[in-house]
Amino acid sequence: MSAPSGPLGVLAARLPGRADTPAARVVPPTGFTAQLTVFTAAAMSFLAVFAIAMALAAGQLADRWQAALSQSATIRVSAPADQIEAQTAAVLRVLETTPGVGAARRLDDNEMRGLLAPWFGTDLPVEALPLPRLIEVTETGAGFDAEGLRLRLAAEAPGAVLDDHARWRRPLVAAAERLRAVSLVALVLIALVLAAMVTLAAQAALAANGQVIRVLRLVGAEDRFISAAFVRRFTARALAGSLAGTLAGLGAVALMPRAAADVGLLAGLGLSGSAWLWPLVVPAAAAALAYAATRVAAARTLRRTP
Amino acid sequence: MIGFSSAGFGYAGARPLLTGLDLALPAGSFHFLTGPSGAGKTTFLKLCYGELVATEGGVTLFGTDVRQMDRDGIAAARRRIGVVHQDCQFLDHLTLTENVTLPLTVAGRPVPERDLADLMAWVGLTDHADARPPELSGGERQRAALARAVITAPDLILADEPTGNVDWEMAVRLLELLVDLNRMGKAVLIATHDLNLIRASKSQVSARLLRIRDRQVQAAGAEL
Ligand SMILES: Nc1ncnc2c1ncn2[C@@H]1O[C@H](COP(=O)(O)OP(=O)(O)O)[C@@H](O)[C@H]1O
Ligand SMILES: [Mg+2]
Repeated sequence: MSAPSGPLGVLAARLPGRADTPAARVVPPTGFTAQLTVFTAAAMSFLAVFAIAMALAAGQLADRWQAALSQSATIRVSAPADQIEAQTAAVLRVLETTPGVGAARRLDDNEMRGLLAPWFGTDLPVEALPLPRLIEVTETGAGFDAEGLRLRLAAEAPGAVLDDHARWRRPLVAAAERLRAVSLVALVLIALVLAAMVTLAAQAALAANGQVIRVLRLVGAEDRFISAAFVRRFTARALAGSLAGTLAGLGAVALMPRAAADVGLLAGLGLSGSAWLWPLVVPAAAAALAYAATRVAAARTLRRTP
Repeated sequence: MIGFSSAGFGYAGARPLLTGLDLALPAGSFHFLTGPSGAGKTTFLKLCYGELVATEGGVTLFGTDVRQMDRDGIAAARRRIGVVHQDCQFLDHLTLTENVTLPLTVAGRPVPERDLADLMAWVGLTDHADARPPELSGGERQRAALARAVITAPDLILADEPTGNVDWEMAVRLLELLVDLNRMGKAVLIATHDLNLIRASKSQVSARLLRIRDRQVQAAGAEL
């Protein structure tokens, strides 16, 4: 009987899973359910890390593509100098009555100068050059019908060309958003499976230790003492398993191919920056789930013990 | 400490086993409870420590009706009663010392090493402190059960057939231990069907005799 003493000893005795304190030893070790819980927590945490990485990556992808989409279309008006203003005005009128167009804005001379500066320097006399006019089109959520718009532009302003190179990403944004939603659903399912498995394992351990629980009650143990003996174990096992599974999951995610910065389309599954902190929630969540599941299972069993 | 008022008990689906119990176990008393096997002695003891609840009338533990107690209240009352169970009720994965100190462990109380050593010496189990219960003889188990029953210094000790599976010499020894406890001021109730044990006690203690007959617990006379 050498219970640890001193503040460190007291702290250690309060830590879940210390097998050498008398209070922790009242429940005999149960090899199989213990291994089952550790394994399940590890496997579920591994999957949870992937689900989180998937949700974050899909979210980033959707955001990035969405941002690109909202300024996805440009209309370029090239025409002889005496017609260009009339055609530009005609294009703007057409856009005003086109469903799916949120805003249309003509780039002013300063912006034109900014766009050309990389090639011609900042002193360019933009006003004097026969440059095309550029109109930036911002779409609303549903987007516009590009073919319809082209036909109307051809009729009203023959010098206008619709450039909607980024619009083909629209379905991809929807797909990325769906992928994020599915990842979050997967995360919830993973949590439920872990809770169910811990409940089953705790229930099995409680049933296997019916006689132990009976004896503890007979010598005057309160329910919370008996419950704590089981809760301590299952929480510690879930935490240990989850830490291992999370680390393995993070390692596996780190090995995933990373997307090159210029290939925005193929944003990799990898986590970046503060996103690495999210998976650290997994072990805490696993421990909390195991804690709650075991408490509920213990309360249910104890109610039937006089 | 324990009071029965018009109390009775019947197992679900069976006819009442005990009925019309009116008696009290006062502090410092020494009782034998006797009756043939199956008469309800163990059942009576279970009513005394709240494992069973009277199906008629009322039982009070330390002044509180059992039906008014919640589960923690029952647990608290049990920590004030030392019970030697018929089948000892040990945890086989713990050592004898850990079993004996179990009531302290569950109460979160420290183990006084000196008192523990004295107690183990008193029941003659010093050499078996680290043994597991299944490794012990019947008499050793009974003495360990007695040590566990008294480790919290309870005011009442209930012993269910404590001499049930030990030889006569050991039975007398256990009786002496229980008489010792009574001399220290503790109330003792021994359930037994062994009339020889009751006769053997006469020279040591003035015990009152309770007998289960016709589903009633009656004070028996001196006819033994
Ligand atoms: N849990 C139980 N359920 C139903 N009947 C029981 C139960 N325990 C004991 N009995 C019955 O109650 C009677 C008294 O049992 P018990 O109190 O153990 O007697 P004793 O200790 O005097 O031998 C017996 O007939 C027994 O079969
Ligand atoms: Mg009996």
